[in-house]
Amino acid sequence: MKEQVVICLQCPFACNITVTIADDGHITDFKNNRCERGKNYATQEIVCPVRVLTSTVLLETKDKEHPMLPVQTSAPIPKANLFDAMKIIMGIKAKAPVKYNEVIYPNILGIGVDLVSTSEVLE
Amino acid sequence: MANILKHTVDLTVIGGGPAGLGAAISAKKSGVKNVLLLERSEELGGVLPQCIHNGFGLHFFKEELTGPAYTYRMLKNAEEAHVDFITKAMAVGISCDNTITALSHNKVIEIHSGSTILCMGCRERSFGALRIPGTRPAGIYTAGTAQRLMNIEGMMPGKRVVILGSGDIGMIMARRLTLEGAKVLAVVELMPFIGGLIRNEIQCLRDFGIPIYVGHTIKEVKGTDRVEKVTIAAVDKDRKYIPGTEVEFEADTLLVSAGLIPENELSKMAGVQLNGLTGGPLVDNLWQTNIPGIFAGGNVVHVHDLADYASESAAMAASNAAAYANGDRSLDLDIKVTAGKNIRYVVPNSITKAQENITFFMRVTWPLNNATVHIGNIYNKKLIFARPSEQIRVDLPANMFTQFNHGEIVVSCDGEVAV
Repeated sequence: MKEQVVICLQCPFACNITVTIADDGHITDFKNNRCERGKNYATQEIVCPVRVLTSTVLLETKDKEHPMLPVQTSAPIPKANLFDAMKIIMGIKAKAPVKYNEVIYPNILGIGVDLVSTSEVLE
Repeated sequence: MANILKHTVDLTVIGGGPAGLGAAISAKKSGVKNVLLLERSEELGGVLPQCIHNGFGLHFFKEELTGPAYTYRMLKNAEEAHVDFITKAMAVGISCDNTITALSHNKVIEIHSGSTILCMGCRERSFGALRIPGTRPAGIYTAGTAQRLMNIEGMMPGKRVVILGSGDIGMIMARRLTLEGAKVLAVVELMPFIGGLIRNEIQCLRDFGIPIYVGHTIKEVKGTDRVEKVTIAAVDKDRKYIPGTEVEFEADTLLVSAGLIPENELSKMAGVQLNGLTGGPLVDNLWQTNIPGIFAGGNVVHVHDLADYASESAAMAASNAAAYANGDRSLDLDIKVTAGKNIRYVVPNSITKAQENITFFMRVTWPLNNATVHIGNIYNKKLIFARPSEQIRVDLPANMFTQFNHGEIVVSCDGEVAV
């Protein structure tokens, strides 16, 4: 049995939730969480923490002063895979025109999450 | 002076960032016919197009967006509201009669405006303003400059980086640099606590194991052509270096994230009085400055925690500026609002009209637990904690203030010192 503290980011209270984990890996108790959402968040953080990744990719465009296109993953991805995703992102070259929220690279880590644009480029 | 273009408009917004866009859209929705927005840059959006991280929009659009996406959505709203704007138009003068002089495309524009909303935002405190000993080599950037280099221009500012200041931009750049392959050696914070939001402390620093040095500052920067070494040291309560606590980093880059300063050179030209603490205009509960018809909203008044709040405060200013442009000059109260114990600053600085809700924004000077905010002796708000990095907001109905015709309300906060 061990205890792990997770700082909850679901609201500004930022509870320091103490999670008890049994030897078989099961979570057996939560302490200091103010609400139920904290339990779900802490569980996710212990089992498989996820983050939305935002970055930029190179863009083929007439606008020489704006050679980058801002992008994000369409859903949170495992924190452990952030650098794997970055390796792929560094090799992508998009081409204008690009619509807002357009898929730039589908199924980026083979986990059903796309890389999408977060801006619009007309030409 | 043959080349002066003259315009007469109902309402002018100066600045096209999240505040200016929020103000212009709100003014149009309030029924003002001619709204003109002036933006000195080539494009609208202010700093947001380079803020490629997410966390924007949760309040204003009820959806989590990146900075570019927030801008895109705001521009769509501005388009639908038929907001007129001129980009590459730099306002260089404003007088107390709401006449604005701007330079645009080699022409001088003179705008006679019914009312004006100042939405010029902030600029970053620079390295030069910090009086740090050492040499002045290349490789020292503000966090915002580094952000622009990376996210807009596609260039890496350096490989081994020390970041001074733990504001949100500094922490966000620590993550961005790490993801792009740089090594962030340290985030150094003078205060004994992190300056930005806890979410950024966790997702930008702790997630990547970036060392945090609170209660430290830079003792020396060394380098001939390029930064070579950055030495930090712990500081005592008088902010003096503590001998023997030095840590040296072989860094090629130093980012400075040491706060934002409201940009009010223009405001001063019109005789707008500024708050010595925030650097922003003193405003009443209508967000009107001491100059009739000149209003202010967003980060030009005080630094908001979120772009959403900057858009919102500027939109509040705009609905009042719209009323002014339509001839409504009625003011019925004369109450001063001042910051008392444990409060660094409060906005508004006066209450002049008993209208709808009166919204107070404030920051505490130090982290407190079990805090109680006192709005004079009118209202107390209990908080489990209060942190300088998180703005406190109190909304009260205007009729609570009508008993005072004039006088002063001191806003203060009690609590247990947390750090």
